[in-house]
Amino acid sequence: MAELLDALAVALKAGIGFQAVFFALLAIGLNIQFGYTGLLNFGQIAFAMLGGYGIAISVAQWGLPFWVGVLIGIAAAVVLALLLGIPTLRLRADYLAIATIAAAEGLRLTFRSVSATPITAGTRGLSGFSDPFVELAPWDTARRYSILGTRWSGADLWVTLVGWLLVALACLLVWLLVRSPWGRVVKSIREDEDAVRALGKNVYVYKMQALVLGGVLGALGGMIYAVGTASATPDQYQNANTFLAYAALILGGAARVLGPVIGAMLLYFIIQFADTGLRTLIGNGVIPENLLSATDVAQIRFVIIGLGLILLLIFRPQGIFGDRREVMLDAR
Amino acid sequence: MPAEPTPSGAHAMSTTGTGGPPKRLAQAALRNLPWEVGVAKPDPAIVVDGVVRTFGGLTAVSVDHLEIQRGGITGLIGPNGAGKTTLFNLLTGFDQPDGGTWSFDGRSLGKLSPHQVARLGVVRTFQLTKALSRLTVLQNMLLGAQGQKGESFLRALVPGIWRAQEKANTEKAMDLLRRFKLDAKKDDFAGTLSGGQRKLLEMARALMSDPKVVMLDEPMAGVNPALTQSLLGHVKDLREQGMTVVFVEHDMDVVRDISDWVVVMAAGKVIAEGPPESISQNKAVVDAYLGAHHDAPLTIEDEDRVLAEAEAAISREEHADDVRRPDRKHEKGTDR
Repeated sequence: MAELLDALAVALKAGIGFQAVFFALLAIGLNIQFGYTGLLNFGQIAFAMLGGYGIAISVAQWGLPFWVGVLIGIAAAVVLALLLGIPTLRLRADYLAIATIAAAEGLRLTFRSVSATPITAGTRGLSGFSDPFVELAPWDTARRYSILGTRWSGADLWVTLVGWLLVALACLLVWLLVRSPWGRVVKSIREDEDAVRALGKNVYVYKMQALVLGGVLGALGGMIYAVGTASATPDQYQNANTFLAYAALILGGAARVLGPVIGAMLLYFIIQFADTGLRTLIGNGVIPENLLSATDVAQIRFVIIGLGLILLLIFRPQGIFGDRREVMLDAR
Repeated sequence: MPAEPTPSGAHAMSTTGTGGPPKRLAQAALRNLPWEVGVAKPDPAIVVDGVVRTFGGLTAVSVDHLEIQRGGITGLIGPNGAGKTTLFNLLTGFDQPDGGTWSFDGRSLGKLSPHQVARLGVVRTFQLTKALSRLTVLQNMLLGAQGQKGESFLRALVPGIWRAQEKANTEKAMDLLRRFKLDAKKDDFAGTLSGGQRKLLEMARALMSDPKVVMLDEPMAGVNPALTQSLLGHVKDLREQGMTVVFVEHDMDVVRDISDWVVVMAAGKVIAEGPPESISQNKAVVDAYLGAHHDAPLTIEDEDRVLAEAEAAISREEHADDVRRPDRKHEKGTDR
């Protein structure tokens, strides 16, 4: 029992740790793009990678100040959004989906390629760029702190705190936007672009704004992740993360301000609890070794997530915060 | 559809706010025009010149000259596939033609995108109603308002900038919703409305933008007769408020009831125009709808001639068969 409580504590820590912040920011970005505007961005992780590497390359390779790295990361995400949006946003929704998924995979492979090694350090990745940020912490980052039965290093605590502040600001921004006439226009674009065009709105500009804003939030998520892990390697930014962020968004409820945040916390909590919980159960012999070995756990936890999502879509398709009436309208 | 459209007294909506008998200035202005294709109107709002649109080998629209009278209701009719909706799409920027010019109030509309056309005051509805399902009826209406400060990204973040305008727009939207008897539904999702209510909502939403020209693509399609009467009243209202209305419709009773001028299209071309009473007598129109010679009774001589022609054709065919395959007959004879 005590072991399971420990597993719960570990999962709780994961649910509020910087990884959850990472997914929350990715999912908030996707919420603006997919939830409100109806854009299918299947390469959100590319924006995160540009954010993380923006800092990593600027600081570790070029010796620039940390905050210049932040600005470079954001600028890179804006440029990527424009590059992806300019040719595809005048076309049907599918084209953006294709372009983004290809860009995400292509960028990751480019960053880990041999020819990019002088800049990105290839698969080895970059490190040692997060110190200027960690030093800003108002407490001793070398010490370990105990909060609610979980152990945190001072640096983790600082990154996580700043991360949640960013999430709070992002939520405030989304909340302000979606209750404004701007939000009304993008929601209308999600419903029917042509109707919005016929009423004199420049649909293209609104879609571009949504794509850029969501991409910048994704970049901020990537920065938190890079600073949290104190390293940037291309394979941290596998495109599976984009789909985990979508899972978080759907779990919490799309087109709801807090949906992606709660979804991300819950998703990371479940992943971590399944992992530690199963390992504990295998370790103390409750689950026999020949049925499930500790090495299978890494895969099994995603099976559990998948199963959970299927059940969610059957019994609560609107997610935790969604409005069932709204979701059911499509079925008519 | 009712064969005898009731006069305006039946729809209370149609005379609200005017205080007198409806003025049909456009009808009077168009009274003395010749009934011919491409005739110049006294005060045209929209002028179309040589607009051609082809899809591969098919010429969907090819209009040499067409003028639409300001302040009038112009009905656009024609059989299926005549190019009515394509012409609508071209005029509102949703489609670009292969050639030609068209203008509104003397301003060329060529190369303008749909939202630019809409901002000039030419607003359209769609054949397949485009209600924004997951927005409430009121939000649908508010979307139609033009020049909203809060629709710019940065100003949206400061509610103080747009709140007053939003309030004014909401009042205007509620007025319109009351006129269209949708005010009780203002907080319902538009997706829960019936087909007819969606048509009403779409028309009301278009009016939120204070348009000068309203283009209605089959406003009565799929709407029950009672609602048709109410929609008709609303369309007449638009004319009384000085708007120019162009509408596509298949129901001839409706067209006769409200149009000041009717334009008939077939196979992409304008084949006739004139006041509604002129149309049913027009031979080109009748031919376009029913096919040529559809109602000429055959005399005995005609019948004999047709029969003889048919027989000749058959024998020619048989002969041609023989010529083409002489050996086949031969085989048949010698085989076995």
